[in-house]
Amino acid sequence: MKVRGTKLTSDEFHNKVIAVKHAPEIEYDWATGVAISKFLKGLKDGKIIGVYCDSCDRTVTPPRMFCEECFSPMSKYVDLPDTGIINTFSIAYIKTDASRVEKPQLPAVIDIDGTSISPSGFLHLLDEINPDDIKIGMKVKAVWKDAIDRTGAITDIKYFKKMEDA
Amino acid sequence: MEKVAIIGVGVEGFRSAIRELSYKEMVYQAAVKAYDDAQINPREEVDTFISCEEDFNMGTSITDEYAPDQLGAAQRTVHTITGDGIQGMAAAYMQIKTGMFDVAVVEAQSRVSDILTHNQITNFAFDPLYNRQFDAVYHSTAALEKRAYLEYSGTSEEAIAEVAAKNYNNALKNPIAAYGVRAKASDIMNTDMIASPLRDGEISKPVDGAVVIVMASEKVVKEKNGNPIYINGISYATNSPNFDTRDWQYAKYAKLTADRVYKMAGINDPKEEIDVFEIDDTYAFKELQHLESLGVYDKGEAGKAMLNGDLGSKGSTPVNVSGGVLGVGNAHDVNGLQRIAELVDQLRGHAGRRQISDANTGMAFSWRGVPTTAGALAILSKE
Ligand SMILES: [Zn+2]
Repeated sequence: MKVRGTKLTSDEFHNKVIAVKHAPEIEYDWATGVAISKFLKGLKDGKIIGVYCDSCDRTVTPPRMFCEECFSPMSKYVDLPDTGIINTFSIAYIKTDASRVEKPQLPAVIDIDGTSISPSGFLHLLDEINPDDIKIGMKVKAVWKDAIDRTGAITDIKYFKKMEDA
Repeated sequence: MEKVAIIGVGVEGFRSAIRELSYKEMVYQAAVKAYDDAQINPREEVDTFISCEEDFNMGTSITDEYAPDQLGAAQRTVHTITGDGIQGMAAAYMQIKTGMFDVAVVEAQSRVSDILTHNQITNFAFDPLYNRQFDAVYHSTAALEKRAYLEYSGTSEEAIAEVAAKNYNNALKNPIAAYGVRAKASDIMNTDMIASPLRDGEISKPVDGAVVIVMASEKVVKEKNGNPIYINGISYATNSPNFDTRDWQYAKYAKLTADRVYKMAGINDPKEEIDVFEIDDTYAFKELQHLESLGVYDKGEAGKAMLNGDLGSKGSTPVNVSGGVLGVGNAHDVNGLQRIAELVDQLRGHAGRRQISDANTGMAFSWRGVPTTAGALAILSKE
């Protein structure tokens, strides 16, 4: 079949056709605020912090300064265990630039133990596991960076792995 | 026809940087105050929520996804207006007028301190094909407009410096204002020339802050028996985004908006019928240009009124007793709601040392800043 139109190479398309290019240099520096600051400081200290709402009688993580259910302020911060269960997961073969990866990335939403509603937890990665063995509801535990390398970021937890005794 | 009223106002800020709270926490603080003022529970008594924010300013695509929780709007009816807070109020007004909604919440927030390269974001608002390439500092666009306005109206530089001095002094009496200072016109004239004929003292400076407004139908107003302030007219308009076809001398968007709002509110002579004026002064000359384009003063007369003292807090036409954008600070899409908050204070008689006596009717006009020709106007009244 003959394709209609005029063929253009990538070089012709991007450099020979008149077009306007602009790459903005935009940078942000978000203040983390009261609740997320406590959460990030907790991670630096090797702990997962949650917060308890009196009126709803529930604990959530990451913590927030107010309860989105009842709109009351929340200030009872609690230390939670660094274990949880897999709420949902994927086996991802591509990166954000759509290039394929040799070893798949294993994103999962982890419900942290000690929270009182499901789901309450966060997105993280799994490792030290054969992708074929991952199951929803599997018990997992955080694998932390060494204390000296922790910066107060969600990546202070390197990944979650299957709990040995589970 | 059934009226729409403002029944609650909450303000957090304004300060040059609010670093101890996240943007969600800052909005929560404003929302709690607004709901207390309105005596309503947002989880049960609000029918529609409107958040005014822009992706580039927030640093998040589809930023409206993150708007609900801090307003008490989780899993409720929420939408975003990428515009000034008065545009958000116009949307809320229309929703209430449909009869399907009785209580609406409008929120706007500014987090300029979270943005390290705000000039780049403003530059990003210029037409990408043939205006953005000059990488001009955006104040020079306002300078082009100021020069055209001076030539067209015959307004003096002294009158413009007096506007800036007035607003900085007014801000000293406003607890939410960030940039109150004792200043004389000569102080303004002695500030650095940024882009001729625009001096540093005539240019507003950024602030962080949030305002939340609760609006309600007359039915709810009667039930609540609170302290309502009525919206008698509200609208918005844009002139041309194109530099080559817009009017540089006067603010056509202000005229287009005012024509509609005066008709809606039954205003024939704004100067005589309105008691308090909160008029955009992002750059000092804009206050005078806007007053003339809104028909409060004739061409070239606003500057003279400034020099006569008519625009002062004790004058016949008090303008920006809050301190305006110059004195309170430039909170971008919050500027309109900051003006609304001031009018509500004035009309309720709660403005303390800034109180204008016998204030029954007020008007708030906001402009979206360089390089836009977009404005929004609301007329509020005790009745
Ligand atoms: Zn709660």
